[in-house]
Amino acid sequence: MVWDWSYALSILPILAQASIVTIQATLLGFVLAATLGLLLAILRTSPLPIIAVPTGLVVEFIRSTPLLIQIFFLYFVFPEFGVTLDAFVAGVIALGVHYATYCSEVYRAGLEGVPRGQWEASTALNLSPFHTFRDVIIPQAIPPVIPALGNYFVALFKETPLLSAIAVMELMQRAKILGSQTFRYIEPITIAGAFFLVMSLIAAALIRYVERRIALRGIRP
Amino acid sequence: MTAPDSNGTPMVRFENVTKSYGSFVVLDGLDLEFGAGEKVAIIGPSGSGKTTVLRMLMTLERINDGIIWLDGEPLTHMERDGQLVPANAAHLRRQRGKIGMVFQHFNLFPHMNAVQNCMEAPVTVLRMPKAEARARACELLEMVGLGDKFNHYPGQLSGGQQQRVAIARALAMRPKVMLFDEVTSALDPELIGEVLNVIRKLGSELDLTMLMVTHQMGFAKEFADRVCFFHSGKICEQGPPEQIFGAPENERTKQFLSAVLEAT
Repeated sequence: MVWDWSYALSILPILAQASIVTIQATLLGFVLAATLGLLLAILRTSPLPIIAVPTGLVVEFIRSTPLLIQIFFLYFVFPEFGVTLDAFVAGVIALGVHYATYCSEVYRAGLEGVPRGQWEASTALNLSPFHTFRDVIIPQAIPPVIPALGNYFVALFKETPLLSAIAVMELMQRAKILGSQTFRYIEPITIAGAFFLVMSLIAAALIRYVERRIALRGIRP
Repeated sequence: MTAPDSNGTPMVRFENVTKSYGSFVVLDGLDLEFGAGEKVAIIGPSGSGKTTVLRMLMTLERINDGIIWLDGEPLTHMERDGQLVPANAAHLRRQRGKIGMVFQHFNLFPHMNAVQNCMEAPVTVLRMPKAEARARACELLEMVGLGDKFNHYPGQLSGGQQQRVAIARALAMRPKVMLFDEVTSALDPELIGEVLNVIRKLGSELDLTMLMVTHQMGFAKEFADRVCFFHSGKICEQGPPEQIFGAPENERTKQFLSAVLEAT
């Protein structure tokens, strides 16, 4: 088995096309993970046990079951309950919800890191719980956890090949199909792997840049 | 003992208020009144419950028993069907608006500059237009002597300057009662004067009820209408500063004052 440059070049456009689906799934999935994760974290810090405890259970449940099973469940089992999802949509939701539970733990650490005096000052100024979170707590809770969120962003990206299990035409699925058509796996799989490597490195650099920007802006006492 | 306002209704009244953490009783059946416009210094050894008085009034701590009245209405309770029941969040928010508090550790919002710190609550709570809130914030910052620090973040200000921003921030909500909780205790000695000067200015220019927990005995003596000495969750002795500092009657007051004066 020798590397065939002409074959590699010929499949490059097809794989590039598929990589767009991978990037879309990553971005949409992470937007869902980041927003839902914050919501879960806030609910989990609620002083009302009736809110905090069920949220905690849901988070633990999702975190403790494999992502692949969740993807299958959304795509193959939900239709039995009358909810039929497009493969891409099911995949994005599964990725987003799964990573939301990880992100929620990260956010929780951030929220707990905000000094108690900030809550007390908010109460003394009569801010509503909504404004306290939006204007005082969240802006201080998020900057310190950006690196940890960034790690999950890259991790989510690298898990997108799982979507090939429900036939989403992302990079891995496309590479597999090319391989099975020509019985040449080395080129498509290598190119797919290289793509993940390059994109992960770019993402990591981007996260470091964002971190630095925030460090410059965040002036703390 | 208290100085009631013209209507005879005190601005703040603690009625048999008890606060405990587990089995540790911080305040034991406290009865205390503050008249409108009165300036009261609360002194006492640490752990005597003096800070808890302010924190309960700011609704940062729940009381275990008794009732606190504010401006002629119950604060910790509300009326329902002719009965007093524990206050709900809406009632607390309405009543809390009459009180402002300044903390020992400033508790400024570190991600907002001085003007933004003073605008946040007027804009979100009072729904004041931003331009108006900004103008008022600038006016208050001028008043506390920070006319040249509008756009500075807390991290760029000295402790004394931060505390003055915190005072302006509390005043922006137009409270009737201002609480000062050891506001100079975290400051370097050379910065204490500038904060006390601002408090002095508020006392003479604004019609505020001012309650301060303090270790600055000199300031308490000169500024307060009345001094309350707390010990073990109770008021041991209270009266005009001349009496408390000049001729204390209670043995504990004497001990405390001589210990404090020796240290300074």
